[in-house]
Order: sequence, then structure tokens, then C-alpha cells
Amino acid sequence: MAKINPIDPDYFKDERAAPGFKVIGTTVPRSDALGHVTGRTEFFEDRTFPNLAHLKIHRSPHHHALIDSVDTSHAEQTPGVLRVLTYKDVPANWYGVLRLIGIGPDDEPVLAEDRVIYKGEPIVAVVADSEAAALEGASRVRVSYTELPAVLDVEEAMSPDAPIIKRAGTNYFVYEGHHSRRIRFGDVEAGFARADHVFDWRYSSAPIEHAPTETTGCIVVPQSNGRLLIHSNTQAAFFTLDNTALIINRAPTDLQVKGGTVGGGFGGKVDVMVEPLACIAATLTNRPVKFVYTREEEMQVSSPRAAERIYIKDGVLSDGRIVARKIMLYVDAGAYARHSPYGATKAAAHLPGPYTIPNVHADCHCVYTNRTPSSAMRGFGVTIADFAIESQMDRIARALDLDPLEFRLRNAYRDGDLKAHRKVASGTALIEVIQRAAELVGHELPEEYRAMSSTTPRGAQA
Amino acid sequence: MTLLRGRGYASVNYPTGMNLGGDPSQAIIHATTMGGFVVTLSSVDLGQGLKTVVAQCAAETLGIPMENVIIDTADTDTGPHCMGTFASRGTHRVGNAVIMAAREAREVMLQVAADELEVDAGDLETDGTGFVRLKGSPATKIHISDIALAAHFKQGKSISGRGIFLKERSYPVPETGEMDPDSCQAHACTVAEVEVDDETGIVTVLRMYNTYEIGRALNPAMVAQQVEGGAWMGVSHAIFESTEPYYPASRAHGPIDFCEYLMPGPAEIPVQTSVILERPASNGPFGAKGIGEMTANAPIPAIANAIFDACGVRLTTMPFTPESVLRGLDALRAA
Repeated sequence: MAKINPIDPDYFKDERAAPGFKVIGTTVPRSDALGHVTGRTEFFEDRTFPNLAHLKIHRSPHHHALIDSVDTSHAEQTPGVLRVLTYKDVPANWYGVLRLIGIGPDDEPVLAEDRVIYKGEPIVAVVADSEAAALEGASRVRVSYTELPAVLDVEEAMSPDAPIIKRAGTNYFVYEGHHSRRIRFGDVEAGFARADHVFDWRYSSAPIEHAPTETTGCIVVPQSNGRLLIHSNTQAAFFTLDNTALIINRAPTDLQVKGGTVGGGFGGKVDVMVEPLACIAATLTNRPVKFVYTREEEMQVSSPRAAERIYIKDGVLSDGRIVARKIMLYVDAGAYARHSPYGATKAAAHLPGPYTIPNVHADCHCVYTNRTPSSAMRGFGVTIADFAIESQMDRIARALDLDPLEFRLRNAYRDGDLKAHRKVASGTALIEVIQRAAELVGHELPEEYRAMSSTTPRGAQA
Repeated sequence: MTLLRGRGYASVNYPTGMNLGGDPSQAIIHATTMGGFVVTLSSVDLGQGLKTVVAQCAAETLGIPMENVIIDTADTDTGPHCMGTFASRGTHRVGNAVIMAAREAREVMLQVAADELEVDAGDLETDGTGFVRLKGSPATKIHISDIALAAHFKQGKSISGRGIFLKERSYPVPETGEMDPDSCQAHACTVAEVEVDDETGIVTVLRMYNTYEIGRALNPAMVAQQVEGGAWMGVSHAIFESTEPYYPASRAHGPIDFCEYLMPGPAEIPVQTSVILERPASNGPFGAKGIGEMTANAPIPAIANAIFDACGVRLTTMPFTPESVLRGLDALRAA
């Protein structure tokens, strides 16, 4: 029955007392489970419309190039093609999804204008009677390029002699005048000077796909009253609506988003990639238009989880107390910002991990390279940092011949501790999950560590 | 060939929500003629069960059975604003908005009942089965369908409520990074047991032990589902996945389908044991924290540390492919 009710009631007994709940804390069946297991759940692609048109994209084959010319005449003459769209058809072509919360600049074109800065960047959209005709039309677009040197490494991108690939003038997002989101807490150099041991290691990751079963897509249906009804698998209905309205320069009340059934999100369906072009195409053709990524587009063109590179330098006393942690973190945002500036800030707030360290210095860089733009994904800003931090903790414990759980418990944050981003910790429970995990696998802890508690202030315990 | 076994640990925390944009969500609730309660939202359920847990929040607060709650969501013409489903925010933000709306609707429901029963609304309670009754005198009661009918056709009242969650926006201080971005933190410790084949370099995750502190488990089976489903993703990130296998040296070799982009199948799923601790968050719906994202996090370093424990190879680049394990073993032998 552990899968049905895995709760251990013996921790935080005083705090968790449940005042006679009737529904909360019970296992109610998931409302969508029956539809999913019987195949009756209706996804956006299950809807059929007469005269449905299809939209496909002609994409850049180069990482970085100037566009010398675009010839759409062969695409337009392809049987079944209804309309060919270039950036000139997009009313407000430059956008940034985070402008809704005041974060800029608008750094991305819906369709490329005079240059492309990643392989797979959309240049021309082709709308046709059938998917096959749209694909054929897209393949007949002719673009001539002058290739430019590509920047494909985050630290090379930050170096002074790297070619600048962004029109804002820097290969990184600027955080209020700084080249990174900073954390400055205590005096990290004084901490290293005081330490008995210093450990300095590097960690990295490659990009990861959200790999949803259902690829990103939408169907836009012109309504008899002139509005556009957008059937979408977006993770954020109003975010999609508002950004789409701004890009196509229509009143937000002209648009309606219907969604709510998503065949896998994981952060991959918050970028507003398909709705604006489908709306423009539906308006220009006055037909329902479907724009859905192929599996190849989902894997290679849609935003992945950013690759990261993380350097952690720790100063540790012989008794296992970490007294200084310096982190240099590089998020490979790829060619455009999308949600990455926010992810790097989220990483900064997470550092130095769930440990109380008196001296912390972190620079979290959101770096642009000539790669597929990365963006939000489950654990945004934190997942790769946790890989680095917890690998670091294991290595230090081994280097100092400390038990890996005792080393974590000694440094674990507690209620009342001031975190590196100057928020006072409350509701902490790292100590207890470690104690319970040790018990679960028969890892014996000395009494001193079993007696620790998140609710006991640090000064009152060892 | 030798199969080498090892155990690794990782402990993490994770923030609920990210309010750099204020992070709001709204809910509207109204009663139908016969006592259904429609919770109208624009939030998206990604399959994690948002519609189910917020229905539980509404039923608990209104004091009515789950069967009487209808969730109507993800239509921007009818549903009030929701920031979106991400940042482990859904249960926390939407749950809070629904509770606020349900409290307002409950107040009207009890007043309508009080007028029907000719008692004081403050003396009434809900029994969770569909009746509103007089405290200490349970025979004096009225069913919610009769309350709703009276409100609609007799008293002329709208049994409805409005709710919103908003955390004041936090602007980071540029020099120091001082900020207040989240609402609470959930916690986890994962222990992974792996087997490393020293001839093929293949890593098999045998078992995972997950201990989570999540505030309040609103629906315990869905918590287990989220913890173990997320751990699967962690295993996948750790030892299988990348869209650029030779990042950053080469942009080539990118997989374009599930034949090339590998993920664990049923045979690669470890045996999992999960334990949940509850330390309710003061600002969470019934104390709940968000754990949607974090469940993929601790497994990755736990597996890396278990691989080192098994074979002495320290892998510092994700994913931990057979090639990287074999290169690590070669380097150990050469040293």
C-alpha cells in the first residue's frame, strides 16, 4: 500500500496535525485517468475541420549566416500551396516572451530577416491544402547565404575576441548592467583563506529534449464574427494569447485560446512558437490552419533544456564545515533569450544549494551561442546545478574521509538561517529527509546526527 | 566482465513558484441550480493532476462531496487569468486561489441555508456528504441542492466566489542578488543503487529510495506518482538523453526520433521505494508545497555518486553514457 499512501506520520507531528479533513489527504482518482487509458481524451489534433490548411517551415541549414536573398516563387507555384509567409507578413516580427513581465530586449524574430543565428531558424512559412504540399512548398524555397563564423561554446562566447552574434551587442544577457546574475554574500576570499582544504571542480551537461508524446502545435479557426479560436496544447493559455496578440498586432479580445489537455509539457510548451504564424495564416487564407511540429522539429528545433557548465570552488574546514563556496555558472541559452534569463536568476537564488555557507559568490551567466535556443524545462535553473552541487558534496566527503550523509547533515540549512540571497530560511526539512533516507536504506548515523533537527537553531546544536 | 555495484546519495531542496512576474492565478466558483459547484479557471493540467487536486481543495473548503465539483478550465473566454503551469506553482497558486473563492462561495451558501432553516449562519456546519446542518443538532439540516434551488429561485442570491493568489513581485538587487523569489521549499533525499558493467560501460539503476518533504500530501497516491514518475525522468537524464551527444565539440549527431533519442523502457526502470514527510507550509493550500519539477533532480547526482562508488569513475558531464564510463575505466587503468 506504500504507493497509495507513502506518508510517514512520525515527523513534524505537532505541525502536521490535520483538522478533520474529509477530502484533503485522500486518494481521489485522477480526473483524466479514465480518458487517457481508454484513448478517449481529446487532444487538439483530434479535432477535424473542413478545409483545414497546414503550415510548414523552411529553416536555416547554417549556424550563422547573412541572408542574401529569398526566392519564394517556386514555393508559391507548388500545387496545393495557398500562401507563403515571410517576416514582412508578421506585423510585430521581433518579440521576447518575457516582455509581458517587463523583461527585454525583444531579441527574436518570428521569421528571420537579414540573418540566421542558429541551424533550424525559421525563415519562410508555407501554407497549403495538405501537409505534403506544405512540406513540398517549404522545400522549394530558395535562400542564398553568406556564412559567418559560429560561436558554439559558452566560454568562447564570453571572451572579448568572440564574434558578436546578437544585435544588442553582447553575447550574454545583461542583468542591470552586470554580465551575470550575481550573488554576493559574506567574503568568499576570506573564507578560502580560513579553509583547511580547497576543492575546485567543473561540471557540465548537454542539451536535453522535453520528449513529449504529443509535439507542440495548434489549430487556429477563423470565427464568423472575425475572431480567431486557437486550439492549443500550450502550458499557459493567457501567456500564449497575450504574446500572440502582440506579435500579430490584434486586440487580445480578438483571440480565444482553448486548451488544457497536453500530451507532455515539461516546460516545452511555454515558448509561443506556433500560434502567431498559424493566426496570421488563418487570417490571410480565411481557413482553419494547423501548425504542429514534426518529431524532428520537436527534437532539434524546439527549445531543449539548456546545456550548462558549472565551476564550484569550496573552502572546507577539517571538521567538514563548508566556509566558502564560489560558483561560476554558464547557461547555454542558444541563439535567443526566451525564458533563459529567468532560469539563470532562478539558478542564482538556488545557490549554494540547501546548505548554510557563510561566504558565497556566484555569477550565473545567460550566454548566447549559435545553437537552438534553449528555454524552460522541468527544474529550470536548478536540475543541473543540483547535479554539480551534490556531486561536489560526494567528492568532498570522500576526500576528507567523511560519511556522505553526516557531511550533508553538518552543513544542512535550518530554520532561521540566512540564505545567500538574504532570505531567512523557514519550513526547512533537509535534515529530516536525510535522516529518514538513512533509516530507509540501513545507513547508520551516530546519535549526534540522529538528534539534529531543522527546527533547532544552528547555534543551539553542534 | 564484472558487474560492479555501488550506492550513491543526494539531498536537495526546491522552490515553489518563481514570482519575478508576481506569479498570479485566479479562480471563480459558482453554484448551479441543483448544487453543482463549477470552478472556473484558465489553468492547464499537464497530466500531473492539477484538476483533481484543486477539485479536492474546493470540495474540502466548501464542505461538499467531490462529485459536486466541476472543473472548467483552459478557455480564455470564460476562465480568469492563470500565469501558467510551470515552476512547480500549479497546486500552490491555483490551490490557494480556489480556496479563497470557495470560502467566499461557502459564506453565501451558509447564509442561504441559514435563511431557509431560520437559524444563524454562524451556527451551521457542513458534513461533507452534501448537507449543511446545525451544530449540535444534526437533524436540523438542508441539502446543498435545496440550498442552491432556494438561492436561484427564491432568495435571488448568487452562490459564488472569487479567488486570486498573488505574491508581491520581487526585484533582485543587482549587486548582491538579494531577492525573495519563492513561496516555500520542498526537500528530498534520494539513494540510488546501480550496477556498472565494466566491459560494456552500461549503467543499470537497480533501486531508488526517495524521501520527500512536501508540506502536505493533498492526494497521497498522486504524490507517489509524481515522485516516481519524476525519478524515471531523472534516470533518463542521467544515463540516456541528449539532443547533442557530443556537446559542445560537435553540433552533429543530433537524434531526430525515438529510435535515436534513447529513454528508459520498462526493463530499465528501477525498483522504487518512496516515503513522504509533511511539514505544512504556512502559505500553502492546506500546507502543500510544489514538487512537480524537483522529482527529477536528486536522482541524477545520486546515480553519478553511485557510479563512482561502484567503479571509481567520477563522471562530471551528463549524460553518463557507456562511452564515458569506459573512457573513465581506461583512464583508471592507465593511471
